[in-house]
Amino acid sequence: MPPRSTASLRALILEAGPVDQVGIEERVQKYATRSIKKNSKVFALKLAVSMLDLTTLEGKDTPGKVASLCRKAQRPHHTPDIPHTAAVCVYSALVRHARRALGKSPVRIASVATAFPSGQTPLATRLAEVRAAVADGADEIDMVINRGAFLAGEIALVQDEIAAVREACGQATLKVILETSELETYDNIRAASFLAMRVLRNGDFIKTSTGKTSSNATLANNQVMLDAIRDHFLATGIEIAMKPAGGIRTAKQALTFLVAVKETLGDAWLTPARYRFGASALLNDLLRQLEKERTGHYQAPYSFSEASGSY
Amino acid sequence: MASKKPANPARELLFGDLWEFDPAPESASPHIAPRYDLFINGKFTPPRSKKYLASISPRDASKLSEIAIANAADVDAAYKAAAAAFPKWSALPGAERGKYLFRIARLLQDRAREFAVAETLDGGKPIRESRDFDLPMAAAHFFHHAGWADKLAYAAPGRSLAPLGVVGQVIPWNFPLLMLAWKLAPALACGNTVVLKPAETTSITAMKFAALLGEAGLPPGVVNIITGGGDTGHAVVTHPTAAKVAFTGSTAVGKAIQRALAGTGKRLTLELGGKAANIVFEDAPLDQAVEGIVNAIFFNQGHVCCAGSRLLVQESIADDVLRKLKLRMRHLRVGDPLDKNTDVGAINSMAQLERIRALVQSGLDEGAELYQCPASLPSKGFYFPPTLFSNVTMSQRIAREEIFGPVLSILTFRTPDEAVEKANNTDYGLSAGVWTDKGSRILKLSSELRAGVVWANTYNKFDPTSPFGGYKHSGFGREGGRQGLLEYAQLV
Repeated sequence: MPPRSTASLRALILEAGPVDQVGIEERVQKYATRSIKKNSKVFALKLAVSMLDLTTLEGKDTPGKVASLCRKAQRPHHTPDIPHTAAVCVYSALVRHARRALGKSPVRIASVATAFPSGQTPLATRLAEVRAAVADGADEIDMVINRGAFLAGEIALVQDEIAAVREACGQATLKVILETSELETYDNIRAASFLAMRVLRNGDFIKTSTGKTSSNATLANNQVMLDAIRDHFLATGIEIAMKPAGGIRTAKQALTFLVAVKETLGDAWLTPARYRFGASALLNDLLRQLEKERTGHYQAPYSFSEASGSY
Repeated sequence: MASKKPANPARELLFGDLWEFDPAPESASPHIAPRYDLFINGKFTPPRSKKYLASISPRDASKLSEIAIANAADVDAAYKAAAAAFPKWSALPGAERGKYLFRIARLLQDRAREFAVAETLDGGKPIRESRDFDLPMAAAHFFHHAGWADKLAYAAPGRSLAPLGVVGQVIPWNFPLLMLAWKLAPALACGNTVVLKPAETTSITAMKFAALLGEAGLPPGVVNIITGGGDTGHAVVTHPTAAKVAFTGSTAVGKAIQRALAGTGKRLTLELGGKAANIVFEDAPLDQAVEGIVNAIFFNQGHVCCAGSRLLVQESIADDVLRKLKLRMRHLRVGDPLDKNTDVGAINSMAQLERIRALVQSGLDEGAELYQCPASLPSKGFYFPPTLFSNVTMSQRIAREEIFGPVLSILTFRTPDEAVEKANNTDYGLSAGVWTDKGSRILKLSSELRAGVVWANTYNKFDPTSPFGGYKHSGFGREGGRQGLLEYAQLV
């Protein structure tokens, strides 16, 4: 007899339903064949800018770096009709610097918390970090799930921890990072999505990855999570939002992810309140493509800062 | 700000026009000539009948070109040319024949965009399919058989292969260039010469292909392509010179050919209709199954002989599958086949559109429940919206007859035995699909289903190495793979 805990993981996967790897990877390839031209391209590029969580998550982050990131987030480019990004995303210790830089700007402050990226500290420590970030002015908390507990089959523990973090968030929006590359199988990703969504509020997010492991957001794991969000919504009416993070570097990739949203969840999710990109280098490629659409020419590479460090 | 209350208690997903894709027509020129003559003995020759038929584009019902109508004398001239070319062609070393086939394959790849646009204009299929499926697969068949040409000695252990002679081939309108490749490549690899007739409504890519044979330097008479309607086809299959006849098309015509050839000693392969069962079990990965169901029936507007036109769903998940399927169909893009974002294009001809309409009406009359995509169709041209029938029973026409259009009939079952029983309860036996997470069930069903191809957790997958063909009224003989090659040779 397997231990009870493994049985419950299996029950969760059975209940959520399996995902066929070949099938889903073939499905998402079709999104990339959509041809997006002219006005529909400009619309989508601007939408993608407005969905960005402009991110810096490095050991060498400083208050100055965060301040320059915040300025870029508020005014990504000197042309007037480019929207501000949805949020900046920083470590919890830097939230107060971001708050000072942003003031009352509509750009939201997202903070990774809960011992990002591993999550391997006692729950009390993780909750304290969440409360501190919210107290410093974070509007959104990006937490990591306890992958160790999930893979060991202790799924009730994983869910209770998510619920505890949600309580600690208060009014702040919660984003639950599944870290898809560590869950490995699509079956696990779908099961973990349901596990999280069942304790989330309308407007809270599930998110693919930390960006700190070898593989990050892919079209296929994005699709598994969008499908799960759709099924959860149709069953409960609760709208869970989605954030792929890490690995989305080009405008073309971002448009393909947006096609997936359009054709899975529809218009209601094509908004920064329901879909975000966790990225840094992506912003400049979006701007480069927007400038190309506006002027008809690609600008020299040096007219946009390439590295996120040089904002 | 996050809140506990559902924002949208009605639970409706909105697939609206917030972000509408701009038109994205494929812009490559198809280079279609105003008139196509017959391709006999390496030259384009006006038909002795002096008659031409108009080739209509189903996209907007406009005239694309004029196609020659060959009479019996033209067919005879084509067979004479093929017979004259046979001794030299069949005596060439295999590697030499392979060179020509490689050359043809590469030329098809080089000019894939041009041919894809021509195929879409002529047949109505979405450019995405002609570009991503028809053209690459046609080239793949030539590459595959080019490789066989110098390895025929290893195709049948202990035996060697000899060509048959002149082969008469008649192909359908659903995959015009691909079916041409399926037929020509193995015949040429084995050293036969060919008289081929494309379908009346879709001859243009075949004639463009004829011009490409000239560029490849293929010796005159090895391939002769003649066009026309049913009478021309009859002359091709009944000509006394033909050592073998290969036909892909309707079951009724296939039977007539078999009757005409009885007692002549000629070889015959037939690839005919189908009414394939696509079986979904309750443990299947549902979202991928729904994607597979859509691909199985709406691929090429359902103009596929192996289309999964009967969906058999386990009763316990029937409501879930139907709901997911309707949701998925809401964002199928139906319309101009030349637009790169179109998923479902135009019906091949007015005659086919009328046949589909009549069968859908019979479904309504017999009490099945209809659901159609809320799509606005172009005003010109031949279009039919993707259609579902639920509550279908085995006795209704829409469950038994091949519709050859974007119409899916949904039936339910309770146990695996019942699924097999229903799947096999048909005149046809070309293909089937099984969707389940249980590997052992796939193996069991694939031996119990009387179908030439059984796909597991996928559908409509083709490869030159994989034999394709049917049971019962779906015909006999195989195309592709070693089995398909051997249909064009005698073992000595």
